[in-house]
Order: sequence, then structure tokens, then C-alpha cells
Amino acid sequence: MTTSTGVEELPIRSGDDVVRVRQLVRARAQEVRLSLVDQTKLVTAASELARNTLVHGGSGTATVETLHRDGRAGIRAVFADEGPGIPDVDQALTPGWTSGSGLGLGLSGARKLVDEFAIDTAVGRGTTVTVVKWTR
Amino acid sequence: MERVPVLSLGDALLVSIQVDLQDNTVLALQEDLAERIVATGARGVLIDISAVDIVDSFIGRMFASIAALSRLLDAETVVVGMRPAVAITLVELGLSLPGVRTALDVERGMRILRAASERRGPRPADEPDDLVPVAEGGGAAAGA
Repeated sequence: MTTSTGVEELPIRSGDDVVRVRQLVRARAQEVRLSLVDQTKLVTAASELARNTLVHGGSGTATVETLHRDGRAGIRAVFADEGPGIPDVDQALTPGWTSGSGLGLGLSGARKLVDEFAIDTAVGRGTTVTVVKWTR
Repeated sequence: MERVPVLSLGDALLVSIQVDLQDNTVLALQEDLAERIVATGARGVLIDISAVDIVDSFIGRMFASIAALSRLLDAETVVVGMRPAVAITLVELGLSLPGVRTALDVERGMRILRAASERRGPRPADEPDDLVPVAEGGGAAAGA
């Protein structure tokens, strides 16, 4: 069974908010003693996703919580916006595919850096991306 | 928004990133460096990222574009001090920073810049018989 503790939500409305999300995720990853490499991967993924929330969603929120399951701990981060949504998720997850502004590594790159990745999106309704990184 | 200071050291520009980089800060750094390369005639740019705990795709792309634009302005860029965890993450992200010269620390980076500068010789405007300062515009290029 998975239990969750310490839910914190931050707004994402500016570049400074993206930095604050990174700092929160870093602090929580240190708390559960993720390795330095895993911390760096999770914070990098959070940075990509928080930027997506800001740039593509217009604004949104990041929710960070600590998970416990079978003696392991993990960090879950959820990025939610009410922007235009993603018409073709498979295409958006293809490395190198870009909607125009970047390298196309944001979403596909974030997925590679975490243990669990889920995306829920609908055109006109918004996008929610959930990532989890577990201790080893 | 915080601005990253750019220091002049001989014919190189030195940037040591000590803040949590947000996108606008990196964009401003790129513009500041372009202006300072032209204003000072610097032949090299050294960017120390030993205090930077993450480099995501945006920040990585900015390092690549700083390297490209300084090349266009006749200067070399070396990025130094990348943390091992950052390197591992960048490779996993699929970002190998093509065109960006790296070195392990500031000293090695400066050695690379000095060697490159010696190999290429001084800028034409630096020659003793050419006394037209670059800052006055036009004349330096015409005299070169």
C-alpha cells in the first residue's frame, strides 16, 4: 500500500516560481535521501515540467508529496495547468519533436529521468503530468 | 530577476554562476556576454558552473547558443566545473551539448583559452600600428 505525507502546492506563474518548484523538489528529495544523481534527475525533470506548465499551460500548479511503499520512500510531483492541452500525446512524447520553442526534450526527457510518469491531457481542458522517483 | 556578473580577466570574460538560474537570467547573460565580447574585444569566455546543481534542456541549449554566438564574435567559450550528477542527467536527457568546449575546472579552462588565443594571434585591432579604438566604431574594421 502506498501512503502519502506532507502535500505542498506551489503556484507556477513566473520564472521565479519555476525556481521555487525546483528548490522544493530538491528539499523533499534530500529529506527522503534520494541519491545525489537521483535528486538531480528528479529536479531536472521537475524543471522541464514546471517550464512546460508556464510556457504551454500559461500558468498552473506544482504539488509535491512524499510517498511510502514497502519500506521505500519516493517523491511525487504533479504539474497541472488549464491550458490548451496536447492534441497528440504520442507525438509530444517523441524525443526531438517540438511545438516550436525548444529542443523537444522537455516532456520526453522528463519521462526518462523518473521512475513513474503519467500524463492526462485533453484539448481545451488542460494537462496534468505526474512523476515519481523512488529511493533504491 | 538576478543578473549574473561578467568579469574581465586579461583578454577573457569570466562568468561564475552562483544563483539558481531562471530562464530570463540565462537569456540576459547571453545578451550581456555578446555585448561585452564586442566592447572588450575578448577572445575567450569561461563559464564556471561548479555551483550549478541542475542543467535542464533550456539552460543547456543556452550554453550551446552562447558558445555559438561567441564563435561568431571571434571568441571561444569553455564551460567548466560541471558536476558529475549534472553530466549524467544531461546525457540521459539526450543533451550532449555539441559545440560546447568543456574543462574540469577554471585553471584547465583558462589554459584552453590561452592556448586558443596564442594559436590565433592578437585581434587585428590589437596590433601596435593600428591605433584606432574599436569602441569608436567603423574605423577599426576598415583598418583591419
